[in-house]
Amino acid sequence: MKVKALCERLGARVLCGTADGEFEGVYTGDLLSRAMSRVEYGCAWVTIMANINVVAVANLTEPALIVLAEDVIMQEDALSAAQENQLCVISTPMSAYEICCAIHEMAGE
Amino acid sequence: MDELSLYVLDITMNSVRAGATLICVSLIEQGQWLDFRVQDNGCGMTEEQLAKLANPFFTTRKTRKVGLGIPFLKMLAEMTGGYVEISSVHESAGEHHGTVTHARFGKDHIDFIPIGNMVDTIKTLIQGSPEIDFEYLHKTEKGEVTLSTRELRKVLGEDISLGEPEILSWIDSYLTEQYEGLN
Repeated sequence: MKVKALCERLGARVLCGTADGEFEGVYTGDLLSRAMSRVEYGCAWVTIMANINVVAVANLTEPALIVLAEDVIMQEDALSAAQENQLCVISTPMSAYEICCAIHEMAGE
Repeated sequence: MDELSLYVLDITMNSVRAGATLICVSLIEQGQWLDFRVQDNGCGMTEEQLAKLANPFFTTRKTRKVGLGIPFLKMLAEMTGGYVEISSVHESAGEHHGTVTHARFGKDHIDFIPIGNMVDTIKTLIQGSPEIDFEYLHKTEKGEVTLSTRELRKVLGEDISLGEPEILSWIDSYLTEQYEGLN
């Protein structure tokens, strides 16, 4: 699925990186130690955690993008680390549940 | 990591990797706080290393460029209204080098996690590094649980490895009995 199409569906802003890529699969979760063993390469990781540790976990697990739910504010140090690591991060007012539902609908189209 | 014991294992492994020969691990519960301390006589850290410690993109590991031990500990401590303090003397500064990591947790806070199985944690540490001396203390308002491998060695003699299954099984029941006494 295209990141660009996802952004449109979610009314999401791109905080970091570009929306040119694609993703496959979704992981939702905020407990980072758990996410570390569950987020899969190339997936969309939906979370409300927006600190530098999230960027570090993404650096290890390599999702295609991080989807920040509920309009959480990404801390400055996290944002610059995401930029340095060329990570795609988007942000939407939707809840994690709504985001997952939207992706599920997209997948069925 | 949904139990505190996993954090204890993770942080104590830093002391093992720092080449410590004596590691003191303590959990002190008093009022609303739980204070977790690991003190070692390992190689210590420079000022520069200390300053970067909370940043996950700093690690002493050679195999990957991200280290999350201290960042995760700090996150959990701060989430529960506590903090992490680390002081260290690098080996270049002389004989008395080592590191003290202190994390304070608000144990009544809604985001705090169960302590988990400390008996297994201590056993795992001893099994993994039977040559290192560990001092363990878990103090609550009901009493305390202690283990000293130095005391154990005095009784057993220096020739017997603490990693032997019989010894580990003895350590297990020794600690378990003390924990039962706390309930």
